[in-house]
Amino acid sequence: MSDIGVFGTVMISLVGGAIRVSTPYLFVSLGECITETSGRINLGQEGILILGAMVGYAISFKTGNPWAGVVCAGLAGSMLGALHALACSLPRVNDIAIGIAVILFGTGMAFLVGKPFIQPAAPMLPALDLGWWSNSEAIRSALRINALFFVGVALTFALRWGFSSLRWGVVLRTVGDSADAAKALGFSVLYVRFVATVVGAFFSGVGGAFLSLYYPGSWTESLSSGQGLMAVALVIFARWDPLRCLWTSLLFGAAGALGPALQTMGFGQVYYLVSAAPYALTLGILIASSSRERRAAGAPRELRAV
Amino acid sequence: MNAQPFGFRSVRTAEAAALPIGALIASATAFGLIVAALGDDPFEVYRMIFVGGFGSWFSWENTLQRVAPLLLTALCAALPAQLGLAVIGGEGAFALGGLAAVEAAILASRAPAWLDIAAMLTAGMAAGALIVGAAGFLRAWRGVSETISSLLLNYLAIAVFNQLVEGPLRDSSDLNRASTFPVPEQAMIGTIGDSGLHWGLAVGLAACVGAWVVIFRTTTGFSMRIAGGNAQAARTVGIPVDRLIVGACTIGGAAAGLAGAIETAAVYERANNSLIAGYGFSGILISFIARHNPLLIIPAAILFGGIGASGGLIQRRLGLPDAAVTVLQGCTFLMVLMAETFRGRSLRDLVLGEARTS
Repeated sequence: MSDIGVFGTVMISLVGGAIRVSTPYLFVSLGECITETSGRINLGQEGILILGAMVGYAISFKTGNPWAGVVCAGLAGSMLGALHALACSLPRVNDIAIGIAVILFGTGMAFLVGKPFIQPAAPMLPALDLGWWSNSEAIRSALRINALFFVGVALTFALRWGFSSLRWGVVLRTVGDSADAAKALGFSVLYVRFVATVVGAFFSGVGGAFLSLYYPGSWTESLSSGQGLMAVALVIFARWDPLRCLWTSLLFGAAGALGPALQTMGFGQVYYLVSAAPYALTLGILIASSSRERRAAGAPRELRAV
Repeated sequence: MNAQPFGFRSVRTAEAAALPIGALIASATAFGLIVAALGDDPFEVYRMIFVGGFGSWFSWENTLQRVAPLLLTALCAALPAQLGLAVIGGEGAFALGGLAAVEAAILASRAPAWLDIAAMLTAGMAAGALIVGAAGFLRAWRGVSETISSLLLNYLAIAVFNQLVEGPLRDSSDLNRASTFPVPEQAMIGTIGDSGLHWGLAVGLAACVGAWVVIFRTTTGFSMRIAGGNAQAARTVGIPVDRLIVGACTIGGAAAGLAGAIETAAVYERANNSLIAGYGFSGILISFIARHNPLLIIPAAILFGGIGASGGLIQRRLGLPDAAVTVLQGCTFLMVLMAETFRGRSLRDLVLGEARTS
């Protein structure tokens, strides 16, 4: 077990890295999945992610409890989500542009309020040690999986079940597929979309807390580099299915883990290019899954062309 | 609005002025509340913004120096916006434009100065056009969301930029930070007369006027605006919507690339990561405030150039982080977008809820 070779070490660190890096993608994409199923796109998830990262870190530092940080990160995300939802409720307000504005505002707020928290060390989130059976340090560290990942996996299945079998899931999909039908049935479209945006933003806030409280595990201004946006694109590829969001997040995680893994193999010179792999992957996937003739399969019909 | 035989136009004009001004007041108020919540005096911040941005000739120079690139990056958003596209690739186009310009100027350094400058500016425009034009092409070809693709292209462009500046194009004699070799002396862009302003400002102003003429006084511009209103109808009457999309994005990208080239040749001398300072993103905001009208971009850019120029003063005097300016920009963007909902509706409509929300 101790002699698995360089390639084996890289593969294992890639798997471990994929799980580690995928967690924020998973949370944001699940959140965006909820929002988009209601027929609205929230591009502001990137700003919400960054604000969540800052609030999660700050609260964990102040209270000493990282889970309190996670909850508060979610709440802070919800507040920004509520802002997005209220703005989009106004007639003739462009939701894509509001998304860009929320990115700007959320990022600015996080940097403004978060300045004092760049130095101190907040308590981190715990990890589950699934590699106890191995005496190889590489395997043990790869299988030390953060608790939040399991929360995300549980939420994936809960959402999948809820979308198809629970009352709120059906209401959500009705609103997303035909606002007129939903109105005829007596549901308030704006209210459902408001709730869907706020809940979706809660998820993103939690995803942000993962960034600052587990991996990379500190609050800096360069913490997020577009993960929130990539997760929005990821939902299109996952065809608005929570389970596919999970697989796609793992794929994105693997792409993101490629840079550090290659660096350990001595390919450090092309670090910047390799670290751009997730963006290239997202773009490639978007091109492959878009079409001008037909709508993407499974797309909520109320959703503007994405 | 039916009982207005001759007052219609003036009402529209008044509205066109009142909405952005109202939005600016609302955002200043919201920002003031945030500043107050953080324990600072909002009125002191307002005063600092005024002093730092517009209080003296020195601060005007500072402001106008920022206006030069902002005019061009705003056009990068405004041209595609005529077709209803929200492109945000200006940041990547700006950075790569700067890098391509430096390298072209170095390659052509044996040529006469005018040729060197021409090569430099062309290279900058080409690099920017490539980035943003790609987003337009993907939109026309596959229907890919230009917003998301241009954002991703930003990240890709910046990754390529960093890779090149830290790797093969790095001037290893500069130990402080990763930079390229400097622009040759003969290709540097000088100042206008003995003011502290470089020629980029004139280029930006000319580009805005030119864009206005194209959009509002030519058939192409008319076609663009029709396609922006209803692409389906435009296709029906034979307007080449796809070609317009690719064209507007390409020219917009060229404008942002040109901004990067001029900024490098007039201010930074070398391409390094100080080129990634948010000019591309601010341009989007300015374009929206100006409602994508190239002439209105000029005052909007002056306003934002001033706010940007005051960032340093706010930081030094009040100890507020740089991000305060980002928050103010975010507030302004939100308010300006939300103000759209009031357009064309009287107070009575709003109170009675005549225009139903869906």
